[in-house]
Amino acid sequence: MAFLEVKDLKVHFPIKGGIFGRTVDHIKAVDGVSFELEKGKTYGLVGESGSGKTTTGRAIIGLNNITSGSVTYEGQDITNIRRAKSSVRKDIQMIFQDPYSSLNPKKRVLDIVAEPIRNFESMTKKEERIRVQELMELVGLSPESILKYPHEFSGGQRQRIGIARAVALKPKLIVADEPVSALDVSVQAQVLNFMQDIQKELDLTYLFIGHDLGVIKHMCDHIGIMYRGRYVEEGTVNDIFTNPQHIYTKRLVAAIPDIDPNKRAEQRAFRKEVQTEYEQSFNDYFDEEGLAYDLKPISDTHLVALPEKG
Amino acid sequence: MSEKLLEIKDLRTSFRIKDDYYAAVDGVNLTVNKNEVLAVVGESGCGKSALAFSVMGLHTRAKIEGNIMFKDKDIANISPSDLNKIRGKEMSMIFQDPLTSLNPLMEIGEQIAEVLLLHNKQLSKEQRKEKVIELLNKVGIPRPEQVHGQFPHELSGGMRQRVMIAMAIANEPELLIADEPTTALDVTIQSQILELINDLKQDMNAGIILITHDLGVVAEMADRVAVMYAGQIVEIADVHTLFTNPKHPYTRSLLNSVPNSNEAQDKLHVIQGIVPSLQNLPREGCRFSARIPWVAESEHEDHPELHEVNDGHFVRCTCYKHFDFPDNEEEQQHGIS
Repeated sequence: MAFLEVKDLKVHFPIKGGIFGRTVDHIKAVDGVSFELEKGKTYGLVGESGSGKTTTGRAIIGLNNITSGSVTYEGQDITNIRRAKSSVRKDIQMIFQDPYSSLNPKKRVLDIVAEPIRNFESMTKKEERIRVQELMELVGLSPESILKYPHEFSGGQRQRIGIARAVALKPKLIVADEPVSALDVSVQAQVLNFMQDIQKELDLTYLFIGHDLGVIKHMCDHIGIMYRGRYVEEGTVNDIFTNPQHIYTKRLVAAIPDIDPNKRAEQRAFRKEVQTEYEQSFNDYFDEEGLAYDLKPISDTHLVALPEKG
Repeated sequence: MSEKLLEIKDLRTSFRIKDDYYAAVDGVNLTVNKNEVLAVVGESGCGKSALAFSVMGLHTRAKIEGNIMFKDKDIANISPSDLNKIRGKEMSMIFQDPLTSLNPLMEIGEQIAEVLLLHNKQLSKEQRKEKVIELLNKVGIPRPEQVHGQFPHELSGGMRQRVMIAMAIANEPELLIADEPTTALDVTIQSQILELINDLKQDMNAGIILITHDLGVVAEMADRVAVMYAGQIVEIADVHTLFTNPKHPYTRSLLNSVPNSNEAQDKLHVIQGIVPSLQNLPREGCRFSARIPWVAESEHEDHPELHEVNDGHFVRCTCYKHFDFPDNEEEQQHGIS
């Protein structure tokens, strides 16, 4: 049994139009996505802006309504997470993208980090304070800083406050939506190292949403690539980076800037080649509407959205 | 062989906070040649954007000292009207965020035409439109006739950035400053935009200052690289030297903290402490010393200067000679024995 199983997930947003504000059409933000998470591993969800990766993450945690499909967590159906048992909701938490806008500027760190504790557990003020101080130590901030406000912290420190809030209830699954995109490289390194440390310590499972393939490769065990609400390819890190099969994945991998300036010409030539292939064979890989086909397995771990042969 | 285009001499840009001035750019010397991409790298708050804005004369309240020699004029000390004749024509800038840098109430075509109109009154309306469409074509915008009449919100992020570039190159500038031109974009679009900037360099023989914090972009684009920390240049070298033989502790730390897409690392390097704010910037001694506490005080210079270690390769302070990465946390605290 998979730790978390997402089956044929669809999230459609209505487009309202006309004088009566009737629904005239739908935007299919996520249109038939299926994947499984393994316990203690990190699963990367990759795609360009507008590919539906964030919507997928938000739908799992219940921040977007699911149009159809199912989400199963340890054998329990949590498609409608608001009706799920509170023990399940405690188990799944989220780290947000922007550490500057995801912390309430009018609240002290104590209140920010204690909020989930207040929602789900009954603790006395004193116990709560001790728990928050422990959490602050866990994320490497001084326990005295619980009376400070978010603006008194740097970007990396703020993101760690966001992480402290996410792990406050000892969750088992964390949905991390571009947790380092807003940070500088050295701060990014700090947060990534830290996320790996607490993963080991607390046996966490991550759903890591991102667009920076360097970071994704560093963090993830399995990767799913999304394009316009559908999967184009799924596999292990090795499958995706050394043996990409779908032209979209190839193009994405080719676009990663190489840190070695000596390979510049080589990389540029390779990119041109992939771009030509992309333009020529776009229709072979996508259907008439420009959407990806259904995934087909090409090995035990590697699935690619290729058209039916013949 | 290379022709000097811009020479920045001892530039100091200070901002007033309460009653004191604090230098965000603190004694920077730089040259940019024709047909060259000079990358300026550093983390947020290091002064790289303040440097670019100083060159363009876009700071309204800052105190600017030093000289910025563009060709044979000192643009740090000329009148605003003289500067306006150069700006947008001989030198121009691509801004970071294309959505907030474009006027939301103005058609794309009109915005680009405005740049042409300001510097060339002879063109008729029809000629301007023709030129604008030619420019849109040049930056790779499909259906330029249609885009000409559209508004910024109707375009995607990549398209908007192309419009910004079209505006910047409208008058074929000799110096182009690109301030994080691809930070807001997806990787595939980033590679297209970088390719475009590279083509422009070759076509127009322009000098380009590329400001970025993405070392991958630097490795792909730059000819020379200047690394900035706390308002100063700490290392400057050609791109191959900088990536294969970096000297300054800050450069080496930065390079080590990038998740390298080619090899699996267990742990990324983390630079201790935080970038000091403008008011708390150490003005005496080596500014990076607080972040590498295991290097003994005596190994830093009192007044760190740029030393030429190799032809065209400059490093600030002598601490690089004694610097090594600590193996564990204890060494980080107490120094390497």
